[in-house]
Amino acid sequence: MNSARIIGSVLGVLFTVLGVWGGQRLIEQRSSGWLWKAATAVLLIGASVAGVLVSVPALPIVNESIRNLFFHVPMWFSMLMVLMVSVWYSIRYLRNPSERLDVLAHESAKTGIVLGMLGLATGSLWARFTWGAWWTPDPRLNGAAVAMLIYGAYLVLRGSFRDEQQRARVSAIYNIFAFAAVVPLLFILPRLSGPSLHPGQTGNPGFNQYDLDDTMRKVFYPAVIGWILFAFWLTQVSSRFAFLQLKHDEN
Amino acid sequence: MRPETTPLPVPLLREITTLLAKDFRLEWRQKSALGGLLLYVGSTVFVCFLSFSLRGGQPPAPAWNALFWVILLFAAINAVAKGFMQESPGQRLYYYTLVRPQAVILAKMLYNALLLVAVALLGLFLYTVFLGNPIQDTPLFLANLLLGAVGFATTLTLVSGIAAKAGGNGATLMAILGFPVMVPMLLLLIKVSKNALDGLDRSVSDQSLLTLLALNLLVGALSYVLFPYLWRG
Repeated sequence: MNSARIIGSVLGVLFTVLGVWGGQRLIEQRSSGWLWKAATAVLLIGASVAGVLVSVPALPIVNESIRNLFFHVPMWFSMLMVLMVSVWYSIRYLRNPSERLDVLAHESAKTGIVLGMLGLATGSLWARFTWGAWWTPDPRLNGAAVAMLIYGAYLVLRGSFRDEQQRARVSAIYNIFAFAAVVPLLFILPRLSGPSLHPGQTGNPGFNQYDLDDTMRKVFYPAVIGWILFAFWLTQVSSRFAFLQLKHDEN
Repeated sequence: MRPETTPLPVPLLREITTLLAKDFRLEWRQKSALGGLLLYVGSTVFVCFLSFSLRGGQPPAPAWNALFWVILLFAAINAVAKGFMQESPGQRLYYYTLVRPQAVILAKMLYNALLLVAVALLGLFLYTVFLGNPIQDTPLFLANLLLGAVGFATTLTLVSGIAAKAGGNGATLMAILGFPVMVPMLLLLIKVSKNALDGLDRSVSDQSLLTLLALNLLVGALSYVLFPYLWRG
């Protein structure tokens, strides 16, 4: 039991490091990269279709809404991954300033915000039909909402500079600082605050039980990978667009 | 073989104490800022007292707690906001040639922490005078208050530096940037303070206090690392 947990954490860290490193490679890729994009499309569409059709354990309260696991959770995972990529770009910017790194950090953060909004929306919808309310004062929910506020502040900060270099540097600093505030909000405080309605904690049939279900795992993991790759794809497209705009403005 | 760098004759600690003394002297010379802060705390507490006296006497403990922290939060933002903003760009450049940026941020954090501890204690005193004191575990409440004041200072110091860089409406920007970042700390503080009000067993608050301490250290270390980059501009 204990060694399984240790192996699980080590694998998680490895996956994260690989994701951040690989994410940068994919986002900055110059070739078309049709292979991984095709794989993303297959994974996303496949996981979404299978997520609706596959048979799920009939648990009380959640019933069919358990399928949200295939959508809501991968969105949060991919948000975290792309935000970590953004922080890494910001760190790289501070060590070695260039306009390119600033654009990449900004676009990654924007993708993260979009995915976070999607995560909030799917979670809220799920809560309406499982708990009977769109929003409850649950530590997990509030943490997620405040995390979104922090990144909203990041965008406001970017908007309040006229000098581009100054904007790039100061927003890189705030990005790193903000991520350090997001980590306790999403990971430490919910665990400290005791009982929570949110699955995966106490109360409600937790997701831990579902994870033991093998069919669900077979859909869940591909969905996670698909959504993460999709986040990188989105960032790649938007940063290419931003680069083109910059080039256009220069001429 | 030592790398050839320009030797810095003055140790970091000396720089910090000099800057700290400068900040205190400035504060003392411009008593209006300090007076404004005290007046701010005093008048908000008095407004609370007036509005609660309409319903005859003391507020219930949860309201007492919430209002106390809201007052402290806004006082902290007002107190810290002027730190970097009252300095002109020329002044900043002058300091830059004289001292290390690490000394500047550490001195500023230390100064803000001392200022906020004083404000928090004064706030608690006024609060006790006007609105009563429902605290059952005073040492725990005071420890929590100290951690809170230091935490506000460490978090807001870097944020005020960032907001000062943006120029223009620095105070508004500071609230926008600062509030969400402070939420994790604030949640823990309010929770521990509620435990102290209710006189719960200390073991209930242990973990939260430790997390608060860890958060303070994290934010302080991050400010220390990031500030030199902020200052370079």
